[in-house]
Amino acid sequence: MPIKVLIPTPLRPYAGKQSSVEVTAKTVGEALNSLVTQHPDLRKHLFAEDGKLRSFVNVYLNDEDIRYLAKDATPAKETDTISIVPSVAGGL
Amino acid sequence: MATLNESIPTALSNEEILRYSRHLIMPEVAMEGQQKLKAARVLCIGAGGLGSPLALYLAAAGVGTLGLVDFDVVDYTNLQRQVLHFTADVGRPKLDSAIDKLNAINPFVKTERFDTLLNSQNALEIFKGFDIIADGTDNFATRYLVNDACVLTGKPNVYASIFRFEGQASIFATKNGPCYRCLYPEPPPPGLVPSCAEGGVLGVLPGLLGVIQATEVIKLILGAGDSLIGRLLLVDALAMRFRELRVRKNPDCPVCGTNPTQKELIDYNQFCGIRGEEAETTASAKIPEIQPEELKRRLDAGEDIFVLDVREPHEYQICNIHGTLIPLGDLPKRVHELDSSREIVVHCKMGGRSAKAVEFLRQSGFKHASNLTGGILAWADKVDPSLPKY
Repeated sequence: MPIKVLIPTPLRPYAGKQSSVEVTAKTVGEALNSLVTQHPDLRKHLFAEDGKLRSFVNVYLNDEDIRYLAKDATPAKETDTISIVPSVAGGL
Repeated sequence: MATLNESIPTALSNEEILRYSRHLIMPEVAMEGQQKLKAARVLCIGAGGLGSPLALYLAAAGVGTLGLVDFDVVDYTNLQRQVLHFTADVGRPKLDSAIDKLNAINPFVKTERFDTLLNSQNALEIFKGFDIIADGTDNFATRYLVNDACVLTGKPNVYASIFRFEGQASIFATKNGPCYRCLYPEPPPPGLVPSCAEGGVLGVLPGLLGVIQATEVIKLILGAGDSLIGRLLLVDALAMRFRELRVRKNPDCPVCGTNPTQKELIDYNQFCGIRGEEAETTASAKIPEIQPEELKRRLDAGEDIFVLDVREPHEYQICNIHGTLIPLGDLPKRVHELDSSREIVVHCKMGGRSAKAVEFLRQSGFKHASNLTGGILAWADKVDPSLPKY
């Protein structure tokens, strides 16, 4: 089941400059794992050394933060979109 | 709710009624709404990319008191997007420039200026004098400071941020809504997310987001429409797509949660690891540096020095000193192209990326790698003023 993972601008250089990547997975955790397997440079930007998601990166399934769903275990289906939303600070 | 008789300070003169007629003829604003705007006190943090359209439109709309916080001076590179400032303003304090224009647009607006860096010592006091805070700053430390100060003083934080072609907007720190920390409990490590100077930004982007901020400020004042509380608006200007994500209040949030553990402002530089960054620079003070004048002297004397430029190809096109270009990101893959027996001087735009490159090279056994202090900008300043600066 291909799921779309949306890649935010700051991370696109590590995902072959793509704005979205398709992965096959049943959960958000699997999807992210598949993503960083396809694009290994992304791993250190998304995950800390202990394998946990970095806290300045949020992951959404459609419009809900996975922290409020089932985190990594959140089920994902074909029509879903996973968004990676890192914090940016630019304003000036 | 104040009636016309009670709100004498915000009664509208005939001139104001004419000025705001296009507001007044809409029932969603009307006299009552316009008086609310006149009574409102909004603090704009930053008079730059976001602050420019924000302040311009709030002044035009008749917000009674506009506070402005900015300690910076107008720079030539600001003019590409900071539309509050004109060419003749280069070199002037941003607040001088800003207040001139805001007064010219609407002399009925009172401006209050804070020519200062917002910090943990002054933020609470400054915020107390306003109803709504609009955050238009450009660094993580200040964003966390503004958020925390908003929660502690009970003022909503109308937030926007931009990066290259994308932006975010939301409203944080309302009583029942989330705060910035509910969304991002921790900042990224310094150096991971480039600033506008390093990453670039499409000039129109802060215009787009700044006006969204102004719109949300006005809606909050009027009590109209559906606000961005609990909603994160994501703008992709290249695709011209607007998406929305839900932001929930985190009950465990240390600042705005049910049992807050942080009830004061903290040291935000430390929180954002900027001290860590300073430690990094002292560590990299161990990296050998060479001044532009000395490099020039030695090159002219015919010494065999390999100049390595670790910028990006589009930067090389702007200006270069004929170095060999290997962008920093490609260096690990292409390090075999370099000769470790030769002396290598590495440069980038300002000295940051090249310092990382030198550290990498030295760890890879390149004993003769050194960093050009200040990068090509310093070269343009001290050696070759004909080189364009960017």
